[in-house]
Amino acid sequence: MSKIHVTTVVNGDAVEFLADPRETLLDCLRDRLGLTGSKEGCGTGDCGACSVRLDGTLVCSCLVLGVEAEGKQIETIEGMADGATLHPLQRKFIEHAALQCGFCTPGILVAAKALLERNPDPTEEEVRFWLAGNLCRCTGYDKIIRAVLDAAAEMRQEAA
Amino acid sequence: MRYHTPSTFRDAAQIAAGASGVTRFLAGGTDVLVQLRAGAVIPDDLIDLKKIAGVYDIARTGDGGWRIGIAVPGIALGAHEALRAEWPGVVEGMELVGSTQVQGRATLTGNLCNGSPAADSVPGLVAAGASVEVTGPDGQRTVAVQDIPSGPGKTSLKPGELISAILLPARGDHAGDAYLRFIPRSEMDIAVVGCAVSLRLDGDTVTEARVALGAVAPVVKLVPAAAQAIVGTALDDAALDKLAAAASAACAPIDDKRGTIAFRTEVAGVLAKRAAKIAYSRAKGDRA
Repeated sequence: MSKIHVTTVVNGDAVEFLADPRETLLDCLRDRLGLTGSKEGCGTGDCGACSVRLDGTLVCSCLVLGVEAEGKQIETIEGMADGATLHPLQRKFIEHAALQCGFCTPGILVAAKALLERNPDPTEEEVRFWLAGNLCRCTGYDKIIRAVLDAAAEMRQEAA
Repeated sequence: MRYHTPSTFRDAAQIAAGASGVTRFLAGGTDVLVQLRAGAVIPDDLIDLKKIAGVYDIARTGDGGWRIGIAVPGIALGAHEALRAEWPGVVEGMELVGSTQVQGRATLTGNLCNGSPAADSVPGLVAAGASVEVTGPDGQRTVAVQDIPSGPGKTSLKPGELISAILLPARGDHAGDAYLRFIPRSEMDIAVVGCAVSLRLDGDTVTEARVALGAVAPVVKLVPAAAQAIVGTALDDAALDKLAAAASAACAPIDDKRGTIAFRTEVAGVLAKRAAKIAYSRAKGDRA
């Protein structure tokens, strides 16, 4: 089976890799590019642990083929912090202890960032519906929702 | 698996027609990749349609309707204000499919071609009187949406044929549509029953209606008897009761852990009433 040469941009950096056409974008990020922040929970688009942005749109990278990344812009959890400075969402997740095992956290952070860019002042209900495709088996979601709302308030420069 | 990226639908159809093994077309991929991953369907030829010009477009047609590209994801459908204003039932059906992430990829065309009787976007299209443009190796034809599914996981498309656009008719005045489904959760589930109603009013009187039911038969069903129950009425309680009875009478559901036959049959009537009321208020100008 011949591999296909893919040129794409991940977190602002031009990258290239050889992909078997059956490999998902998640496989390629993890196994070809060494970007292991995106996790595989289910591999069927149910859990959201592999959430990335594809040309700005939030998607499950397990439901995208690696070869489909050709010419696209991809954003992953690895691009979220600015060097050693955490994104406000990342900081608030730590402050609120919005994680336990942490497996779902990268996907939730990527998804929450996409939400706040679209809607800087979401209601609790809007946050819960937006993140309905990000499953967390540890926290019961409450702290996650609080952390997202608190980060949103900080990013709007309001005290929560 | 060979991965193809044709630049026209005709080329895509010819690749499919010339293939000897298992062929799949790739639009949003939210079903195809899951089947691939599970090993249920491993195509010999995978034909990615997203390099074809216009597949991401939502365009007004000459007759005042809409032409929706086969790769338009749910999130783009929902963000299109003019389309949502005219066909809110079609849009809300699609928006119920999967999570935010799935909405970023999943398409109306894929939901239709997956052939699930519970597909949330299909009853809205059927009630709307939507059709699809089908491209095959020998040319194009137009097919009503309700004639595409032929059974669970099956379509009436012939080998080599594929859908190249979804076509919505002109909405016209004093008209509205709505889709409702029952699920035991609040989000991220498969319809136990779905119902879409599209209708047109003259004053307070319903002059045209189409009612479609999902998840209560092997295919999404258009139910003319349910539409007839409300045409000529002002959607009074007697008409709504007749609508519910006709919707329930059209059900031939399966009995499974998500819903019994009796439950699905009753809920079909309840949802038909509720969806008709929403469609009616939208036809009166309600934007909700």
